[in-house]
Amino acid sequence: MGVVVGTGDVAGSLTGAFLLLRSEKQEPRVAPRPAATADCVQQAANGDVRAFEELYSIHLPRVHSLVRRMTGGRDADELTQDVFVRVWQKLGSFRGDSAFGTWLHRLAVNVVIERFRTDTARRQRLVDGEAIFETLSAPPRRRDISMDFEAALEKLPDGAREIFVLHDVEGYKHTEIAALLGISSGTSKAQLHRARMMLRKHLR
Amino acid sequence: MPTHDVLNERLSEYLDNELDAAGRAEVEAHLAECGECRADLQALAAVVARAGTLTDAAPAENLWPGIEARIAPAQVLRPTFARRRFAFTMPQLIAAGVALMIASGGLVWLARLGGARTDFPAVLGEMSSPVRPANFGDAAFDQAVADLQQTLDAGRGRLDAQTIRILETNLQAIDRAIGQCREALAADPANVYLNTYLAETRRRKLELLRRATALVDQAM
Repeated sequence: MGVVVGTGDVAGSLTGAFLLLRSEKQEPRVAPRPAATADCVQQAANGDVRAFEELYSIHLPRVHSLVRRMTGGRDADELTQDVFVRVWQKLGSFRGDSAFGTWLHRLAVNVVIERFRTDTARRQRLVDGEAIFETLSAPPRRRDISMDFEAALEKLPDGAREIFVLHDVEGYKHTEIAALLGISSGTSKAQLHRARMMLRKHLR
Repeated sequence: MPTHDVLNERLSEYLDNELDAAGRAEVEAHLAECGECRADLQALAAVVARAGTLTDAAPAENLWPGIEARIAPAQVLRPTFARRRFAFTMPQLIAAGVALMIASGGLVWLARLGGARTDFPAVLGEMSSPVRPANFGDAAFDQAVADLQQTLDAGRGRLDAQTIRILETNLQAIDRAIGQCREALAADPANVYLNTYLAETRRRKLELLRRATALVDQAM
């Protein structure tokens, strides 16, 4: 991933402190593409349900994890099904300009965002949620830090969580997130910082 | 010089290399003096690093049956499909209606011309006995359609207007196809294609009605 360890970007008075600076943006993560995927895509586009089931099996973990993280776990199974139904309906429009996994991933993000748009309270949740600071204040108790981190992620306010997942997990840029969510880049940056500040307590 | 709070808010942008030179200089000057912000910056970097190491996992539930029920054509659905979840999409319904109208009009036209019989050798090859003319008054079919139509009428309030409109459009298209077949069969009762096509069109109507009533059940 695009993280390097460096010491040279800060003033001399910071000797001894180290910073992890993101030297470059990571590309959106793409699901693994077995050699058979291209054939499966073509067959599924021609109506082969079994070929589509194969695609589903290959990409399910990736899609479900994305959906689960973006939604905080709510309706993740149903939304994942919605994603694959949409993929089936849209397969004919997949031209192969990008990897199938990338195309599917973008489509999944759009399905989740569409769901959020139907939630009239979403805008409010984007700016509310200060109480979450309290619920996230306790340090992790379980040994499985990764699970604690995922659990903490689920508790973030919707807006902050969406942006954190898109930016830090999926590698989207603020300009892309802003376009997807219909917000400004500044709002995206502010929400990302907010999410990170909440989550930092779970890494101590 | 911006305040501590303002500069702390910029730590993520600093971490992501999204500040201009002046902005970076301000943050770095503050970091040189503020231990709290240095600790926050280090913690933020750890959060970013952790986010990049999350692993994907499949859900506990098997989601495929629900997906298959929504995408699979009728022939792969199991006999219990009436209790399974169906979702009609506009493109599917429209495509079905248009295809049916084109197919029905085209086949009836071809049959009337008498030039299409050799286009379907496989079907004809299976017809070893004389064609059994379609029974227009088939009681079982009429009863099944009537029952399903009654169920649908009773539950149409649970379907949205768009679904009802598309459904009715398709049913009208099927009825037109059946009507055209009957007209053509009146002139040529033994026509293989017309009889086969009428039976298929009736089956389609039953299937559509069954799916529609399944939607009503689902909406209950």
